[in-house]
Amino acid sequence: MTGAGDILLQVERLTMRFGGLVAVEDLSFSARQGEITALIGPNGAGKTTVFNCITGFYKPSEGRLALRHGDSAVWDWLEQLTSSGERSIKRAAGALYLLERMPDYLVTHQARIARTFQNIRLFPGMTVLENLLVAQHNPLMLASGYTLLGILGFPSFAKAERAAIEKAREWLDKVGLTTRADDAAGDLPYGAQRRLEIARAMCTEPVLLCLDEPAAGLNPRESAELNNLLLTIREQHDISILLIEHDMSVVMEISDHVVVLDYGVKIADGAPAAIRDNPKVIAAYLGVADQEVAKVEAEVGL
Amino acid sequence: MASDAPAKRVDTARALRDAGVTALLAFGLFLPLVGFQTVTDVRNDLILITRWPLLFAIVALVGVGRLAYSLTIEPWFKDRTLRPSSGPAPWRKQVARWIVPFAVGFVIFYPAMVVATAGYGRAVKWIDNFGIQVLIYVMLGWGLNIVVGLAGLLDLGYVAFYAVGAYSYALLAKTFGFSFWILLPLAGILASFWGILLGFPVLRLRGDYLAIVTLAFGEIIRIVLINWVDLTNGYAGITGIPRPTFFGIPFNAEEDGFAAVFGLEFSPIYRTIFLYYLILALALLTSFVTVRLRRLPVGRAWEALREDEIACRSLGINTTNTKLTAFAMGAMFAGFAGSFFAARQGFISPDSFTFLESATILSIVVLGGMGSQIGVAIAAIAMIGGTEIMRELDFLKVLFGSTFDPTQYRMLLFGLAMVLIMIWRPRGLIATREPSVVLKERKTIGTDLVKEGRG
Repeated sequence: MTGAGDILLQVERLTMRFGGLVAVEDLSFSARQGEITALIGPNGAGKTTVFNCITGFYKPSEGRLALRHGDSAVWDWLEQLTSSGERSIKRAAGALYLLERMPDYLVTHQARIARTFQNIRLFPGMTVLENLLVAQHNPLMLASGYTLLGILGFPSFAKAERAAIEKAREWLDKVGLTTRADDAAGDLPYGAQRRLEIARAMCTEPVLLCLDEPAAGLNPRESAELNNLLLTIREQHDISILLIEHDMSVVMEISDHVVVLDYGVKIADGAPAAIRDNPKVIAAYLGVADQEVAKVEAEVGL
Repeated sequence: MASDAPAKRVDTARALRDAGVTALLAFGLFLPLVGFQTVTDVRNDLILITRWPLLFAIVALVGVGRLAYSLTIEPWFKDRTLRPSSGPAPWRKQVARWIVPFAVGFVIFYPAMVVATAGYGRAVKWIDNFGIQVLIYVMLGWGLNIVVGLAGLLDLGYVAFYAVGAYSYALLAKTFGFSFWILLPLAGILASFWGILLGFPVLRLRGDYLAIVTLAFGEIIRIVLINWVDLTNGYAGITGIPRPTFFGIPFNAEEDGFAAVFGLEFSPIYRTIFLYYLILALALLTSFVTVRLRRLPVGRAWEALREDEIACRSLGINTTNTKLTAFAMGAMFAGFAGSFFAARQGFISPDSFTFLESATILSIVVLGGMGSQIGVAIAAIAMIGGTEIMRELDFLKVLFGSTFDPTQYRMLLFGLAMVLIMIWRPRGLIATREPSVVLKERKTIGTDLVKEGRG
């Protein structure tokens, strides 16, 4: 791990309240460029809430969520941007975005964070290929002259569409769904739907990919394939991944950095090996107080 | 097979029992409705008379009908569902391929065919009441299809935009004397402006709530038209609306009229034929634009919105703009149709824009199959053409007496048709979805996967 310059996403003092319920309290962590950061914790710990705050689906009650594009020097603008009241600063060297100020679709469109959902959200009545083209909506919309040129049949749009199909095809090859391209997405088996959702998110050309329990419901072989896919994405596309996961084989094997939440509060933050042996984390997962961990472990034979 | 025979015998017994139960139910239902009748006699006293023969005739009819259904249609139906489906039959593919060119050819030559078979005198009625009337609703159905079928936004006030188009044309043409060809696009623009205006407040609403607000919007427009007497002349409506001209040449018996200019004998049929081709062109434009839009990113975004709005937002699609464009597009075509309607009738009043119209257009879309162009056209022909056909069924008067008016039973028959369609084809006549883009092989998508949209 290197210095603070590598930070891609910085979450500071994030608090999210729903009425009287505090779902996430004073959470700070950061995700680094080119790393896989895992967010883990028992059910109801507030992991998905954090995701929804980062991707703009919830407006955080308090806190600052900043994302950088380009050179790491852009972090110097953070205070200036915060006090200016603007959503972002874009200059030649790069850009800095304050995600809590952006609506959900702009988080994907401008800040280029893509996400998947815990319960798969494909467009079931559209074909696999169409799903991937919808993900490229914004560049295609521009190419179609906001529909005007497209309606008149300008060749520039046809060219852009061919390029979009080519890109979709590349991703279909990567997730092994090329032969099913013309089938309805709802017809795919569960594991394939999970992979398609990741491919669809990747078609938006993100810098940060947020995956909400990508291994849920997958068998061990599919989990292993998923690990490979995520590692390939990181290597080949220089994309950072933020991941919520319960499947520890996935978390421990591929993540570079793990953040543990319990009852909306961060209880640990570090490398996977350190997290595995952290008594606080074990206590949270077993649902007992810290002092009793050794006793309970002895009882259950760990 | 040996097992067939006992199965059949059991079926007959069950069919008889079912028929008995149905007849009993019919008896209970029709006894107060048909069996008894109250009339006032000469002394103005109410007396009760019974109509046993009629009652038993109806009950017997229901019972026999049910028996016939259980013995013939039901086994056939079961047999069909049990058989494994092997994809669409080859003849179906052929039909699907040729139906569009055939239909377009038919509607283009329809006036000529009518004139050839019915002669000039009767042809006006057939072209006007059937051709033009049906085409207006085909166009409205296709326009609403964008909002309801593609974007999945349930709109119960669609007739409001039709009214905006009609009144825009009527008022601007009468006040400023603009020609039809200038006002046609203008009416479309004004209607789509109102579409956006409606769109804004309802953006956050879904499903039933959206439907209620659009219904209210439709009523608001109608009530404003009724009460703003200075502008719209209230219930009395607007008369003497200028008729469209043949690119500047009016359809009248004058020296500079259409017939004189082209050296023909004057006849009202030229105007009718012109109007027919005008609405045909407008309807085909609607269809062409819709088909094009479906293959553009905006069309795919509409369908994606119908499938899953949250997923759309996670992919960077501005759902606000997407919904507004759907409302605006749908409203624009209603505006075109409205201005055509005003120009064709020469008279409009708020009576033409009641909720019943919205309901008719929506039922055309639902019966046809949401999102399907051909299905909507077939449903419009069946519903609107069907009504007109009923006016022609004079022979029924011989059967039921001279006071019998078949059109009075229109709504009853529509209700029945709706129930039957919803039983056999719950997602409309043509419910499968054609993909908008293909990598290798075109496959239609089954009904069960395509979402209806929750607004």
